[in-house]
Amino acid sequence: MNAQHHAGAHESGGANKLFGFWIYLMSDCILFAAIFATYAVLSHNYAGGPGGKELFHLPYVLGETLLLLTSSLTYGFAMLALHRGNQQQVLAWLAVTFLLGLGFFGMEINEFGQLIAEGNGPARSGFLSAFFTLVGTHGAHIVVGLLWMAVMMVQLALGGLTTVTRTRLLCLSLFWHFLDVIWIGVFTIVFLMGVM
Amino acid sequence: MFGRLTLEAIPYHEPIIMGAVGGATLGVLALLALLAYFGKLPYLWKEWLTSVDHKRIGVMYIILALVMLLRGFSDALMMRAQQVVALAPSEGFLPPSHYDQVFTAHGIIMLIFVAMPFMFGLLNIVVPLQIGARDMAFPFLNSVSLWLTTTGAALVMVSLGVGEFSKAGWTGYPPLTGLAYSPGVGVDYWIWSLQISGIGTLLTAVNFIVTILRMRAPGMTLMRMPIFTWTALSTNVLVLFAFPVLTVTVTLLSLDRYLGMHFFTNDLGGNMMMYLNLFWIWGHPEVYILALPALGVLSEVVATFSGKRLFGYTSMVYATVAITVLSFSVWLHHFFTMGAGPNVNAAFGIATMIIALPTGAKVFNWLFTLYRGRVRLTAPIFWTIGFIITFCIGGMTGVLLSVPAADFVLHNSLFLVAHFHNMVIPTLFGYLAGFAYWFPKAFGFKLDERLGKCAFGCWFVGFYLAFLPLYALGFMGMTRRLGHYDNPAWQPYLAVAAIGAVVILAGVAFQLAQLFFGIINRNKNLDLSGDPWNGRTLEWSTSSPPPIYNFAVLPVVQDIDAFTDMKQRGLAYRRPEKYDSIHMPKNSAVGVLIGGLSFVFGFAMVWYIWWLALLSLVGVVVTLIRRSFDQDTDYTIAAEEVERIENQRFAQLAAAGVKS
Amino acid sequence: MQASDQAGASHGSYRSYLIGFGISVALTLISFGLVMNGALPTASILVCISVAALVQIFVQLSFFLHLNASSEQRWNLLALALTVLVTLLLVGGSLWIMHNLEVRMDHVQPADAMQHN
Repeated sequence: MNAQHHAGAHESGGANKLFGFWIYLMSDCILFAAIFATYAVLSHNYAGGPGGKELFHLPYVLGETLLLLTSSLTYGFAMLALHRGNQQQVLAWLAVTFLLGLGFFGMEINEFGQLIAEGNGPARSGFLSAFFTLVGTHGAHIVVGLLWMAVMMVQLALGGLTTVTRTRLLCLSLFWHFLDVIWIGVFTIVFLMGVM
Repeated sequence: MFGRLTLEAIPYHEPIIMGAVGGATLGVLALLALLAYFGKLPYLWKEWLTSVDHKRIGVMYIILALVMLLRGFSDALMMRAQQVVALAPSEGFLPPSHYDQVFTAHGIIMLIFVAMPFMFGLLNIVVPLQIGARDMAFPFLNSVSLWLTTTGAALVMVSLGVGEFSKAGWTGYPPLTGLAYSPGVGVDYWIWSLQISGIGTLLTAVNFIVTILRMRAPGMTLMRMPIFTWTALSTNVLVLFAFPVLTVTVTLLSLDRYLGMHFFTNDLGGNMMMYLNLFWIWGHPEVYILALPALGVLSEVVATFSGKRLFGYTSMVYATVAITVLSFSVWLHHFFTMGAGPNVNAAFGIATMIIALPTGAKVFNWLFTLYRGRVRLTAPIFWTIGFIITFCIGGMTGVLLSVPAADFVLHNSLFLVAHFHNMVIPTLFGYLAGFAYWFPKAFGFKLDERLGKCAFGCWFVGFYLAFLPLYALGFMGMTRRLGHYDNPAWQPYLAVAAIGAVVILAGVAFQLAQLFFGIINRNKNLDLSGDPWNGRTLEWSTSSPPPIYNFAVLPVVQDIDAFTDMKQRGLAYRRPEKYDSIHMPKNSAVGVLIGGLSFVFGFAMVWYIWWLALLSLVGVVVTLIRRSFDQDTDYTIAAEEVERIENQRFAQLAAAGVKS
Repeated sequence: MQASDQAGASHGSYRSYLIGFGISVALTLISFGLVMNGALPTASILVCISVAALVQIFVQLSFFLHLNASSEQRWNLLALALTVLVTLLLVGGSLWIMHNLEVRMDHVQPADAMQHN
């Protein structure tokens, strides 16, 4: 693991950035772990209010899940296009991924909105505080990912496939797939276990 | 328009605070005026504030640490003075609402805004040089981290004059820190200073981990790295895993306060014990984050000034890694008394005892290194020996406290306070050893040895005077954070402790004198060779200070103590056949800008000025996005320029009488 | 199936992405189906969906994130392993501690409160 003598500055720089981003994702894992732990501790603190059984609509969550999962697939296709150097295809698959991700986020906002409107917002109980925070933190990460994706599409359109753009798209790839991995934990622990 | 901010936020009726604020403001203005008069402001901006050079960022971290040390130490002096006089019927000169802010600020400042920046400052200056690299992996990110940390410190400082600081202790336990019991701005200042600086710290960890794992010079395998670099790696791994938990903990508290959620409230399903659990999952690794680099400094200093290779390199590495892993297994010992059962308490108590073992192994390795070495009694060695003695005593009181039954008696007494100061102050000694050791490398001249030893003497004697009485007071039943008391038996001990604080003050004065006279007399103490101590590691092979690119030609490493190895093989100070041009990152104002915007964000969140908070947050995002479009972020130093700089270096070496 | 580019990251192929996607969809449908159907006893469902989740995580790490035992990925794998270890310590430790505290809390039910005086 030694550095090259003549840092082909942007080449090894790109590899460093990718590794650095993976390391950052490890810290994000711990972030989610702490929120998951808090959710687990507060998961039955209904304070006389509703729990998962009353509130969660599994078919709806399945829909969200499939949207996000498909967006992971389409981002993968974008990366394949990247390795073939096909700028137009990268843009196209990024756009599809963006729309799927936006769809996921829209469904989530809709669900949150409904819960709040019926008086089951995060201030109702410890359980709901933990629910909104765990799912909401994942959602906030999705928003960051979507924003990043939009910026990448602009940079791609304006500047083409440069080394810098490639590296950033690879980092975003790690981020986007990572968010789907976290979602596996969320739908299993929060929604599926929540209704049982 | 201004949220809950009004002119009433300025504490007009508190003379002590107004005096401090007035004095500090005048001091800052005077300094700015002086800099402007000598035309130094553009230089400061171009060469320092916007710098992405790890050496300069490191120096700025340490300057921040030293400035905050003066503030945190003022808090300490106030506490000692108050406690000496506040025997009933006297209530001292600090009303409880003020005293509570003092001990809260003291804790947060010393841990987060003195120890952490000091540690990261040393790491920044030294680690890239020690591994033979030209800079950190992410120089721009490095600058951002520095300014986020500075913003956190600025928020704490501003809270003195605008509003108030938290009164709930540096640990911020709910329900006291919940909205019901602390509706004011104090806890919010505490929250945002921690959150913003915490992000900077986490980014720094990513930076160091990638730098150390991927940018070492050819031939420097992991097991040939200096021990200081090993501790740097371990500390940053700890930061990577621990700081997200702090972020979550403080965020959950913020959600309770800002959005009425129920994580830690008494009602509607909150569980405030979860706060302590989460807080200390971060809090315990935090103390190892502080301690490990100090241990690393010692390994370097002991080897250099004994003139011998460090004893037991491999066991040092294993001990460091063991401490890193084990530090995630002991956190419950901070709340033995919260009510867990005997099995849980025993498990964590035993884990706490176990973690003392690798540290003990390190101490023996240092002693065996010193044994039969030709030990030069310099200031760094004095600080080192002071560390070893004091840290070991503190460690022993820690093992005593690790017995849950004993902790039930001593928890939150002054015994505990004495114990943890008995750990963090020697940690500071370790940093000060590093400061004395690497100062010539950073600035090109040595500090006065005698003043340094006087400073050490005062700190060492002062520490024992200030804290040994506290052990006794703990056994006598005095709890921590007491603003006034009615047991006259305690007062003599508190008087001794107060004297100790004054002796430490003398130590601080000696250090300021050392800096002052050092700068004035610098031309008489120049370090021309770059190797004032006959050092063993790669940083000593560069000039003092090093050129911006550190190494014109990346060194090739063949053994532990790479520079000593080079010297022994006659490979040191070799003139290369030719020079290549060197690619370097440009300075950037973006780090300062993000720091400034973050400060506005934090301030706005404290005072509920929502439009301003949103605007500044959007500003940070826009700034980062704009930066990402910037293609002009690097520059090249031509080979001729490199050669010119290196020729100057060789001329200096000749003047110092070093053969090359 | 796995290839590398000059930035050192490995990447997949259409086939590998589709396989990963397919397995993930299947596991998702199985988990949701088991819970929505409710035919099996609760404990069995819990075990099944937990295993399914873990398997899906492995699948996505492998097929989407290209994590493997190759020399380029070694440090990434080590970092992940360490993260998993720390996560288990922290989450497991927290659950053990908080459960222990909960068990030792004296919960007074409204009915019982009448009998305490």
